[in-house]
Amino acid sequence: MDDVLLRARGLRKTFGDFVAVDGIDVEVRRGEAFGFLGPNGAGKSSTMKMVGCVSPVSGGELSILGLDPATDGAAIRARLGVCPQQDMLDEDLSVEENLWVYGRFFGLSKREVRARAEELLEFAQLTERRHDRVEPLSGGMKRRLTIARALVNNPEVLLLDEPTTGLDPQARHVLWDRLYRLKRDGVTLIITTHYMDEAEQLCDRLVVMDHGRIVAEGSPRELIDRHSTREVVELRFPVDEQERHVEAARAVADRVEVLPDRLLVYTADGDDALAALHGRGIQPLSALVRRSTLEDVFLHLTGRTLVD
Amino acid sequence: MSTSAPPRRGPRVLPFPAAAGLARFVVARNATAFRRAWVLLLSGFVEPVFYLFSLGVGLGALIGRVTTDGGSVVEYAAFVAPGLLAASAMNGAIFDATFNVFFKLRYQHLYDAMLATPIGPRDIAVGEITWSLLRGSLYSGMFLVVALVAGLVRSWWALLALPAAVLIGLAFGAVGMFTTTYLRSWQDFDYVTLAIQPMFLFSATFFPLSTYPDALQWLVRLTPLYHGVALERGLMLGEVSWGLLWHVAYLLVLGVVGVVGTSRRIATLLLT
Amino acid sequence: MSLVPPPTAPTADAGGSGRLAAGPRRPLGRGERVAAAMAHHVLVYRRTWRGSVISRFLSPLFFLAALGLGLGSLVDAGSGGVGQQSYLQFVVPGIIAYQGALLGFGDATYPVLGYIKWNRMYSATLATPLGVTDVLVGHLTVLAANLAVATAVFVAVAALFGAFASWWVLLAVPVGMLTGLAFAVPTFAVSATILTDNVFGVLYRFVLTPVLLFSGTFFPLEQLPGWLRPVAWVTPLWHGVVLARAAAAGEWPGAVGLVHLGVIALFIGVGWVVAHRAFTRRLLS
Repeated sequence: MDDVLLRARGLRKTFGDFVAVDGIDVEVRRGEAFGFLGPNGAGKSSTMKMVGCVSPVSGGELSILGLDPATDGAAIRARLGVCPQQDMLDEDLSVEENLWVYGRFFGLSKREVRARAEELLEFAQLTERRHDRVEPLSGGMKRRLTIARALVNNPEVLLLDEPTTGLDPQARHVLWDRLYRLKRDGVTLIITTHYMDEAEQLCDRLVVMDHGRIVAEGSPRELIDRHSTREVVELRFPVDEQERHVEAARAVADRVEVLPDRLLVYTADGDDALAALHGRGIQPLSALVRRSTLEDVFLHLTGRTLVD
Repeated sequence: MSTSAPPRRGPRVLPFPAAAGLARFVVARNATAFRRAWVLLLSGFVEPVFYLFSLGVGLGALIGRVTTDGGSVVEYAAFVAPGLLAASAMNGAIFDATFNVFFKLRYQHLYDAMLATPIGPRDIAVGEITWSLLRGSLYSGMFLVVALVAGLVRSWWALLALPAAVLIGLAFGAVGMFTTTYLRSWQDFDYVTLAIQPMFLFSATFFPLSTYPDALQWLVRLTPLYHGVALERGLMLGEVSWGLLWHVAYLLVLGVVGVVGTSRRIATLLLT
Repeated sequence: MSLVPPPTAPTADAGGSGRLAAGPRRPLGRGERVAAAMAHHVLVYRRTWRGSVISRFLSPLFFLAALGLGLGSLVDAGSGGVGQQSYLQFVVPGIIAYQGALLGFGDATYPVLGYIKWNRMYSATLATPLGVTDVLVGHLTVLAANLAVATAVFVAVAALFGAFASWWVLLAVPVGMLTGLAFAVPTFAVSATILTDNVFGVLYRFVLTPVLLFSGTFFPLEQLPGWLRPVAWVTPLWHGVVLARAAAAGEWPGAVGLVHLGVIALFIGVGWVVAHRAFTRRLLS
């Protein structure tokens, strides 16, 4: 059996003159957690919609589960779970009714839907709220219900578009835990996010997208090794003074990123670099030495911060 | 505790309108919000005109002349025009005071934002009702012009029909807003419809009180719209007597109760 | 414990659909898909019907009393009714079609825009094996059933007032339903095209209100100035009114009845094509 669940070659999506996805090549294997990273407008959501077979492909090739979305959309969707960026729940219905209705859309029998709802309510930790209307649920609960609903058909692939955007830290950890369990159970996860920590935690492999193209690909560790230094020094200066220290910082580093509120000094050894700066008489308001993260990779590759 | 209370709180408990000096900013906010939708705003008067044309021209020919409760005999169009004026003043005010206010109160959280400034609950109540009245007067004025051109105005007393329409708007707007503060969901609006629609149809708007059996006549007389319709009909047809003041008093009391009630409720809902 | 069974171990027992197993899944037939879409609306309706009782049932009754009895007494006194009929008998079939148009329009505005834009249920549905046709047919079927029930209730009550001359009035129920659909289906297309709900206000004020008032519902078209009558001819409501009136009087409308039906069908048919296209463009782009 072919282990590649999703294969894209030169995949494009255009809206009139606007090119949302500009010829990307991607392969996702069974059981993998795969991430699409990129700033807003990079083409992640357009890609996800094509993969979900709700947006026609403008050019290139795309196959999901070995099928062509143009002709086998319904057959593919029968095996996908989709958790959209905004919760699309029916607020007129109760928690469990949302699951029942959705199960019917996949042609499940009443008995299957009820059994499935039982398991999924447990999974989403919503069993006590099953009879409540959706509207008063917290953001985290709605998100978990949306994911539970996406799982009602026992999908082989789960598409998650910005799964934890807008959730508080506690709710994010609860959700991550649920996603780890799915992964353990063999569900293939395809995730878009603009949270680097989320990508590092969840994804085995990811691509960074910018302006509709893929600018890097690999595991989080590989990307950090390839595109950043081992350590980073974050320097903050009094307002309006940052500009005059940029040259000095460049002298002690492999590379310097100038953010609006701080300088990021990329170097193999942060403490050495900081000592060298102090030696030049530079006294920042604060200085933090840390390991490189995906955020740094991202900054380097796209030249911008994530939410711009 | 007492030192933390803002000094502005004091005057806020004074009776209306002394404590509603900031209401004009609430009105200004609404005017700004409608700047892009002014066509929709202006077009509000077309509905009663459609009704007037439909009832006056279409049904008027079938009905011919009608004997009013005041005793005069007039064409149906002249009979129904004051009724439509009163009913549209009510409908406009109710729409503003219920649907719009509910949306601002529960969804837009507009009043929470306002109360975070020196604006107080009474400013909001007075401001919203004032806006609704300004809008209503615009429509009533336009309707009166149409009625005048169509030859349906019989008396110089009709000049007072505009302030009377404002009074009807005040009464319904204030009570409507008061009610809105008790509504919990959009579904509760069906109760508003349940109150408004029969009133619209049965308050001697479209046919005289004498059409009803005696017992029902008394029931109709209790409804606020009946007083609005009777007032407008008296003024536009020139059937003027001291008795009209009763209608004025009824509507005024309703308005005052509504304004006071609304500001109290906004205070309990939002200043907790 | 594994809470979500791996794809290789379906939870479905032998009597299930078999659509939880790994690998290709048995496709759904058209009937199954439409039934699934309908199930959603039926469930929603079961939750919310109480809230619409007044607008659906009481409000046409109020109209019946105010127009048929109140105004009716004035009309009958003034001109002895309309044609051979009392005003009550004249106006009640008008209200049947009027009610259909009003409900059809109402059900196709905010609820549809809501499913598109606010809770995005249509998008959620299209992420499953269901397609635009299933979604539309499912929703419209429930809407049509709803129209039929509302019309039937009204006909039953109006019959108690002695508003009908013939049992053929039962045919007014499908007429009311079709008239409602002639307003609902094109309005689906509008709802799928617009960005804000302000448009509904404009549509209601400038299109629906004059159509409701001047389509021969409350007074015969002959009362209108001659130049205005052709405007009524192109509204589906007038055709519905004519058919409902014929049914209530038990008069066979003859071949021209087919023309009336044809106009109504045209509104539904063209509305369907445009709505399908608008839905596809809005939701599957």
